[in-house]
Order: sequence, then structure tokens, then C-alpha cells
Amino acid sequence: MAYFLQQLINGITLGAIYGLIAIGYTMVYGIIGMINFAHGEIYMIGAFISVICFTALGLLGITWVPLALLIVLVIAMVFTAVYGWTVERIAYRPLRGSSRLAPLISAIGMSIFLQNDVQLLQGARIKPLQPVIEGGFILTEMDGFAVHLGYIQIFIVFLTVVLMALFSVFIARTDIGRAQRACEQDRTMAGLLGVNVDRTISLAFVMGAALAAVAGTMVVLYYGVVHFYIGFLAGIKAFTAAVLGGIGSLPGAMLGGLLIGLIEVFWSAYFTIEYKDVAAYSILVLVLIFRPTGLLGKPEVEKV
Amino acid sequence: MLKVSGLRAAYGPVEALQGVDVDVDAGEIVALIGANGAGKSTLLMTICGAPRARSGRIEFDGRDITRLPTFEIVRLGIAQVPEGRRVFPHMTVLENLQIGATPAEDSYFDDDLDRVFAMFPILEERRHQSGGTLSGGEQQVLAIARALMSRPRLLLLDEPSLGLAPLVMKRIFEIIKEINESQEVTIFLVEQNAYHALRLADRGYVMANGRIVLKGTGAELLADEGVRKAYLEGG
Repeated sequence: MAYFLQQLINGITLGAIYGLIAIGYTMVYGIIGMINFAHGEIYMIGAFISVICFTALGLLGITWVPLALLIVLVIAMVFTAVYGWTVERIAYRPLRGSSRLAPLISAIGMSIFLQNDVQLLQGARIKPLQPVIEGGFILTEMDGFAVHLGYIQIFIVFLTVVLMALFSVFIARTDIGRAQRACEQDRTMAGLLGVNVDRTISLAFVMGAALAAVAGTMVVLYYGVVHFYIGFLAGIKAFTAAVLGGIGSLPGAMLGGLLIGLIEVFWSAYFTIEYKDVAAYSILVLVLIFRPTGLLGKPEVEKV
Repeated sequence: MLKVSGLRAAYGPVEALQGVDVDVDAGEIVALIGANGAGKSTLLMTICGAPRARSGRIEFDGRDITRLPTFEIVRLGIAQVPEGRRVFPHMTVLENLQIGATPAEDSYFDDDLDRVFAMFPILEERRHQSGGTLSGGEQQVLAIARALMSRPRLLLLDEPSLGLAPLVMKRIFEIIKEINESQEVTIFLVEQNAYHALRLADRGYVMANGRIVLKGTGAELLADEGVRKAYLEGG
């Protein structure tokens, strides 16, 4: 029981990170119907920027943790958002209106480009970071197994819940959110009603990138290492999460992320760690066979 | 007010407009009739820049709008009720109207909302219902109301009567007349229902195969032998 509880805590933490990345996939897919394969790299860049910022703040002597965290998060979100915007502007917008395959290939190219770019600039070695949020407490002790809840885990889950709640309200209530949803349902019509569609699409990339940056910061804090290749696997996992939850659906991305995190952790804990990715993708295949729209996806509405 | 000259446009390889000239003066109701596939809907969409014109010129209030992006054209005061209504199915009636109000100043919103609710009480009743759950007639009304929320000076209507029960259709034509007269909105109307459209309109155009083949006042076209044969009798 204690072991189970511990895995649950770990799974939720990991799921929160996947969920934040998955939102970027689902938003972009919802609005322009393409998979932004460079999104995982955007997250990786967010992680790198965080490491650089933490190190720089340490050199500057800013060591009060809440302030340092706030500064790092803001800087990472801003820079990554600029990356997201630029990627869309350079690699996807010129291809709008061409075949569906073209932007997909462009996205893969962009992903490889960003990966190599970071590898050349930062080197291929794993970059470590001193633990920033340390400690935690023992939740309970049963059968000689202590359930450990780290402050970092509380921080990750808390921040994710707050961000997702704010983001959901933002999409549901504000003009920008409404324009996002309108473009999702009928881009041409949104344009005919005066919505600046190109800007709305850019904003989807910017917002998705900013959330991925937060995930990047979290991962750096959680694992203490970063590497130019982390974007690929995390990206594919988060993409799987978005599809599992129902691509195009915001709550779906959050739920999908959580599920993928839990599946991965529980599989590693009770079966073999080597097969954790196989487990996650098998669930994906099963869901797609029995529910092609994903868990919370809406079936395509027939347009009259 | 609207001056279209030598307009050509295409969807892919098919040239749907092959040099179209149309004028609409301020305050008028102008009807455009023609068979399926004549290019009527394409003309309305091309006026709004989606698709973009291949050649030719579109002027609105003397200003060349041929190359402007759609949202800027719309912000100049042109609103469209497109073919198939295109109500946002997963948004509430109110949200549909809010999106419609995008080009208008925020300060007008409450008054404009009261105005369209007064015109279409059914929308107020259903304000929190999602667009996809409305009936065809209600969706048509919503699409018109949504276009009015932008405070247009020119309203482009594409087949507002399509698929509606006769009584509802009659009501829609009354509404169009009302919008034109009491709110001073110029109307350019595409219709398959030539009889109703021409009776309502000050002037009309007949389109076939991407060209304007005939024009005149509503009464003239109604009396025209060719028009009667092609679009009125047996239809």
C-alpha cells in the first residue's frame, strides 16, 4: 500500500509535466490541424534556458528560492514563447494552404534543426544543476516503507494545477480564448467575422511554448539534469498524451498527460522499467482502436 | 459603395469567376441570382478576400480592398452571412454573437446585443445553448444577428432562405427588408429563390458560368422572358 502510494505521487508529478507539454500539441492541432513535431524541442530549450538562468542567478548571488524560481520561470517562458512564435513564422506559415504533408515535414526538419542547434551551442554532454528545491517530508510509514513527498513534487503539481486552471479560464472567458476556439471550429468563418486568424494561430504557438517552458523548468528542478536530446522522447510522450486524451481537447491533454505519467511510473514499479514506453504506447494503441477520438475528444461535427 | 470590376477568382484549377462586374449603391438591396455552381457564393467570398482575387478590382467606398486580408476588409464595414450559415457549433449563442462583435467597438456591445435580442427574441431565449443544437431557422437567424453585431454598412447574404420552411423563409425576407430600411444597411443578396429575391430587391444580377449575363431592376428581371424560363417557372 505504501509502495503504491509512493508510485502514485511520482506518477502524478510526471503526469503534470507531460500534461503541460501536451497542451501545446493539442492547441496547435486544434487550430491548424497539424502536429507540431518541434514542440518537444521547444520544451527542451525551455529546460536549457532554466539551467542557464539558475546558474546565472547563482553567480549574481540571488539565492532566495521563490524569487529565483519566479525570475527563471518568467525568463524561460518569454524566451521559449519567442522560439514558438519564430518557428511558426518561419516553418509553418509560408506553407499554410499547401498539402497537409508539407508542414509536417517542415516540423520534423525544425525539430532536427533545433536539436542540433542546442547541441552545437551547449555541447552534447549532460548538464547538471544543483538542487534548488530540496527536502520534503515522510507522509506515512507502513510495513517498513516510508512514503516520501518532496517539496519539489508539491511545487510541480501545485504550479501545474494553478496554471491549467488559469489557462482553462483564459480560454473559456477572454476575447483571445474565444478567438482561439472560433478559429478551431471554423477558421474561414472566424476571419469573415473580423478575427485576425494569423495572429490567433501565432498566439496558440506562443501560449503552448510558454507552458512547455514551465514543464522544462520543472524537469530541470526534478531531475537536476538536462540534455539536448530530452525533447524528443518527452515530446513524443506528450503527443501520445494529447492523442490519448483526445487531440484538440484541452482537458483531454491534461487528463492524457496524467494518465501517461501514471502508466509509465506504475509499469516501471510493478513490472519492468525497460518496457515502460512500450506500456504507454500500447495503451495509446488500445484507446485509438476502441475510441479513435481519444478519451475526451469530440467526434467531428458534420458541417451542413 | 461596392464596385467590383473584371473580377476573376478560382478554387484550385477551376476558374469560378471569369471577369465579373457588379455595383452596389449605398442603401440598396441588390439580388444576385443564378443556377448552382454559377459562382455566386465565390463572388461573395472573394469580396471578403477568401479566396483572394486572381485579377480584377474590388472597391469599397472608393478604396481598393482587393489585396487586403479578410479581417481588415471586414473591419471596414462588410459583414457576411455565408453559405451554410457556419454557426460555431461548440460555442453558445452569446459567444457566437461576441465573436461577431469583434470588429465593433466594445462600448457598443451591450446596446447591440439588446438590439439583436429585440429583433430575434428566440436568440435571447437560447443565449446559453450551443450553436450546434439550434434548428436550421434558428441558426440562420443567429448567423444574421452575428453579422449585425459587427455594425456593418454592407451585408452580404448567401442563400438565407435555403432549407427553411416556407413560413420561416417569409420571416427571414421580412427581416432582411427591416435591416435594410430601419438600420440603413446596404444588402447584397445571393438567392436560388429568384422570385422572392427579385421582389425584395431594388436591382438584380443574373449570373451563369462565372459571368454576369443580365442585369436590371427587380421588376425588369421578374418580367424578363429568359429569367422566367430559367429561374422562375417549374422551379
